Amino acid sequence: MTGYFYSILNGALLTVGVSLGALAVSVVLGLLGAAAKLSGRRGLVTLATVYTTLIRGIPELVLMLLVFYGGTIGLNHLVQVMGGKGPVDIEPFTAGVLTIGFIYGAYMTETFRGAILSVPKGQMEAAWAFGMGPVRTFFRITVPQMVRYALPGFTNNWLVLIKATALVSLIGLKDMTFLAKQASAATREPFTFFLFAAALFLVYTSVSLWVLRRLSERYSLGTQRREV
Amino acid sequence: MQKLLWTMTLVAGAALVGCGKKEEAAPAAPAAAAPAEAAMPELKVAIDASYEPFTYKTPDGKPTGFDVDIAEALCAEIKRKCVYVEQVWDSMIPGLLAQKYDVIISSMSITEERLQQVDFSDKYYNTPSRIVVKADTAFTDLASLKGKNIGVLKGSTQEKFAMGELKAVGVNVVPYEAQDQVYLDIKSGRLDGTVADSVEVTGGFLKKPEGQGYGFVGPVLNEPKYFGVGVGVAMRKGEDQLKQQINDAIKAIRSNGTYDSVSKKYFDFDVYGG
Amino acid sequence: MKWAIIFKPETLALYAEGVLNTLWLLLTSVSAGAVLAVLCALALTGRMAWLRALVGAYTFAIRGTPLLIQVYLIYYGLAQLDWIQARWNDVWPWTYFKDAFFCAWLAFTLNTAAYTAEMLAGAIRETSAGEIEAAQAMGMGRWTVMRRIVLPSALRRTLPAYSNEVVMMLHSTSLASTVPALLDVTAAASRIYSDFYLPFEAYIAAALIYLVITFALVGVFRLAEQRFLAYQAPRRA
Repeated sequence: MTGYFYSILNGALLTVGVSLGALAVSVVLGLLGAAAKLSGRRGLVTLATVYTTLIRGIPELVLMLLVFYGGTIGLNHLVQVMGGKGPVDIEPFTAGVLTIGFIYGAYMTETFRGAILSVPKGQMEAAWAFGMGPVRTFFRITVPQMVRYALPGFTNNWLVLIKATALVSLIGLKDMTFLAKQASAATREPFTFFLFAAALFLVYTSVSLWVLRRLSERYSLGTQRREV
Repeated sequence: MQKLLWTMTLVAGAALVGCGKKEEAAPAAPAAAAPAEAAMPELKVAIDASYEPFTYKTPDGKPTGFDVDIAEALCAEIKRKCVYVEQVWDSMIPGLLAQKYDVIISSMSITEERLQQVDFSDKYYNTPSRIVVKADTAFTDLASLKGKNIGVLKGSTQEKFAMGELKAVGVNVVPYEAQDQVYLDIKSGRLDGTVADSVEVTGGFLKKPEGQGYGFVGPVLNEPKYFGVGVGVAMRKGEDQLKQQINDAIKAIRSNGTYDSVSKKYFDFDVYGG
Repeated sequence: MKWAIIFKPETLALYAEGVLNTLWLLLTSVSAGAVLAVLCALALTGRMAWLRALVGAYTFAIRGTPLLIQVYLIYYGLAQLDWIQARWNDVWPWTYFKDAFFCAWLAFTLNTAAYTAEMLAGAIRETSAGEIEAAQAMGMGRWTVMRRIVLPSALRRTLPAYSNEVVMMLHSTSLASTVPALLDVTAAASRIYSDFYLPFEAYIAAALIYLVITFALVGVFRLAEQRFLAYQAPRRA
């Protein structure tokens, strides 16, 4: 019986791995998407808008099933067409990280876009006046200041992302939800194991909240808040 | 300074997790094509580990059971290393066609319908199915089960039978993702019974505490129309060399006693069937 | 790609049944959740500390755990408890827990109620102090202030965020496919996939169905915002 609890704890490590991987993917996609939407170039803006609209219109589970089952077949076709050989396999971990990252990239795009718009334009203009190019301005001036405005939305997205990782169990990744389900069916004690998994999630979200709260305090140094 | 510490902590954390998940994360690159080690090439075997005593897991998560042991014996014969991939039952064949694994060794019956999509080896066992409900249920014929809730495994031959014969007479057939979830709901009272492989339901349910008071009713179910001609190893069409190897391996383990010793671990009767 | 199979009458009928189940689940759980949310929001902003702590613990637990685990806990977990098993054949209301639809509905209701309650509580707390003082100066009791001033205003201000929440709920109903015996759109797509081995076609069809329903929902909420938040619209004349 304790063997099951240990394996669920191992699965928890996998959950953390999937969520951190997906976070990295979503942050990269979010920055790219926000930059695209704010660039003003018609093609980029349309592309980014289609991306965010589609993602917010389709359930995560359906997207994950599409990427996992359909994606492998599609990728294999592509590989065969291009003359490569051998089964290309998208295994559950990669499918999960890519799908969740892709989905939350859309939400991060909106968060980062709002945050970048909140940074006073004068900051960027001063950077240009100094002769900084657009990329350098973006990474040395805009992004550090944007972090403060982005943190509330980012925290929200991160918390929702953690919970979305439970869905990866439905495509066969042996994360803690999958292992809890297996253990509960094998021992006929679902309440015990699901409660355990739920508690682990609670710990994870609480720790995240605490870390992000500290981060937000750190990035708000030098600003003032007034009580209404 | 603090920022550096934060970044290093996060990176260290990610690295730790990365090392922890190394066993799970293989790169999404062409896999089994070229054997890396001079040792045996891999054979990816799909199993649905919710089917005691044929395919299930020990508490530490190791696959075990009759199917798994037969798979190990076959792999030893054809000199390949068995690597197990867990898969939900109703996506077994789609996963095989999508090349997620090479064979399915998980109590998959050889039926006409499945032969249209995949190829099978010779059978390696054959057991009939039965209907299981509370032992004191009055049973005359299939229609006397009218109104009862019967759980079946989605995508199984038993589901085909239940949908074909039982649903027509008014039984409420509920498909489940895994057979052990059926037992969970029988135990809790949501289901009145199931249609399942007779050996599997004995080992996975009737012999356990929650199976007390339940028993077989009705005839022995083994019409080839629904249940096929036995259980075999499934593989993609066109893999004739692999099929030949596996068939030879099955003959070999049956004649050299390996099959019998594996079978004795789990059953005290002849599971190979007629 | 074999789209012909998707457009066969039996397949379309399966998807249609899925759509009906999804919409019914969404409607019932969102309405019940909304009622529960208002009650919880009142508790969260009320004066009794123990009630605040209790409801706060509830929202903390629900918002900190995945919906999937909540569904499993209610469907499988509760069924395991002997106390419930002994009663659910004859004692009302425990008879409901036997039903798969009820379990899914309960999980979704509790989930949406927790999120909406926090949103609503935040909006109630941000009601401008001047409005409340004016109401009190007019001699309104606490409950009257709530009923006539604070709640209508808070409900209006929550509308944009609530529309997001309802859309999220629509997407969450896809998790109903994990409960045996419930045939929603995702479950229908999975059935087509495993019967005909058509992952792309089956799931793309499901995605399109969800997209259409999402747009319809967003449109409805936009109309609602035009009506209820008309005072925020830019001047036209």
